Amino acid sequence: MTDDIKGPEARYFEKLAQGIFEIQRCATCREHQFFPRALCVHCGSTQLDWVKPSGAGTVYSYSVVRRKPEAGGDYNVILVDLDEGVRLMSCIDKGDENGIFIGQKVSARVALRNGAGVVVFDAAEVTDA
Amino acid sequence: MLEAIRNKVAIAGVGVAGLGQAHGYTEMELLAQAATKAVADAGLNMSDIDGIATCSSSATMWAMPVIEYLGVKPAFIDSTMLGGSSFLAHLLPAMHAIVSGQCTTVLVCYGSTQRTATFGRKEGVKARALLDPQPYEQPYQPLSPITSYALAAQRHMFQYGTTRRQLAEVAVAARQWAGLNPEAFMRDPLSIEEVLEARMISDPFTIRDCCLVTDGAGAYVLMASDRARQLQRKPVYVSGSATAVWNRQISAMHDLTVTAASESGPRAMQMAGVSHKDIDLIQLYDAFTINVLLFLEDLGFCAKGEGGAFVENGGIAPGGHTPVNTNGGGLSCVHPGMYGIFTLIEAVRQLRAEAGERQVPQASIALIHGNGGTLSSQSTAILSREPT
Repeated sequence: MTDDIKGPEARYFEKLAQGIFEIQRCATCREHQFFPRALCVHCGSTQLDWVKPSGAGTVYSYSVVRRKPEAGGDYNVILVDLDEGVRLMSCIDKGDENGIFIGQKVSARVALRNGAGVVVFDAAEVTDA
Repeated sequence: MLEAIRNKVAIAGVGVAGLGQAHGYTEMELLAQAATKAVADAGLNMSDIDGIATCSSSATMWAMPVIEYLGVKPAFIDSTMLGGSSFLAHLLPAMHAIVSGQCTTVLVCYGSTQRTATFGRKEGVKARALLDPQPYEQPYQPLSPITSYALAAQRHMFQYGTTRRQLAEVAVAARQWAGLNPEAFMRDPLSIEEVLEARMISDPFTIRDCCLVTDGAGAYVLMASDRARQLQRKPVYVSGSATAVWNRQISAMHDLTVTAASESGPRAMQMAGVSHKDIDLIQLYDAFTINVLLFLEDLGFCAKGEGGAFVENGGIAPGGHTPVNTNGGGLSCVHPGMYGIFTLIEAVRQLRAEAGERQVPQASIALIHGNGGTLSSQSTAILSREPT
């Protein structure tokens, strides 16, 4: 192994720290997966490509963790289904904690916190049809 | 064929120790007390033990200090760690070991001082985050494990119209059973309104939707049924046992309203040769109120999404249509980190007709179910008073 070849987890977080959110897609069965693995969880193939998801997703479930204001106040934890068909844990970064709902359309963004990249979501713009 | 070992192994003794608060004791000391009681309950000596099954939330090599402490020399050792379901998941491997002749008498044992120890639950959660990281969830600070179960509850409410009041019914029923159990930690009356108005922890759960944090230890002894029948206690037969795991992280769970209990339950019942109408009482790992609804559904006692209606109007409380968690469960009786072993101990006491005020009349077949991680591991067993 040379220094510039890294495992999927290290590569994922390295890209994330550069502000780039990528997920794996299997070159054999074409399914996406999250979290990054050394094999395709759908077909077992080790031929995995990195792709940029559209970032569009839907809230699958959510919870608001209740914390005293002096400890930092309430915060939310969500599960998001990306349009690519994968699910991840995240949060809605800004906005009304009590306005989150299942089925809500959200879009992904990479936030930088203490030098590490973190995928967070914003409530998607609601446009009148 | 697993049916070939149906009823071939029996529980010959059970023991508990340090339930609630056990100031000044180590978890090994509580474990040894419970183990000693279980062995004595069977009418055996510790020197009769030649198989051991145990695990710990913190010590990865836990079987070794347990063997050393108890002074046994086991020919069979199982330290599979699947969280709270572990001590039910230990049943089937132990049955194989006994039936094949690898050993004769297996002690399954667990102890925890997570409530009173200096290094308790809070410190354990922090240490595990370092030793066993979950880098795709931890950045979002889900309360471990509360928020993961809250996400499942919220999804169940959305998908099936389950209400917080229905979840509260589970906590209230547990408390009513606990009121009949002198060993239970919280026995004061509890109302649905009190559950709903308690401090919110992680929506939709208040503190009363969450299990206790207590100390406690439990142990049981397994041996061949024909040998167990010659001992002082009436044996309780292990008719079926099955374990299923689909994921670890809640974010990796395919459908948060369907757990691997939907696999372990049918497998255990098939091995036992029983159907739902044969089951007289049910002990489910109620780490959170939603667990009981999910497991009643996944184990087939009601249709998916109908768990809320099943528990309404005291359905699982004393005097209800189905006796569930008759000791008060993890919500009101005891929850020392991993609760699974107590589902078995309560079922044994019921099947022996030793449960006092909370005794279920004519209890002859029990379904017990353990859960571990964040709805991650599921283990079901069927116990019976007479061979099924």
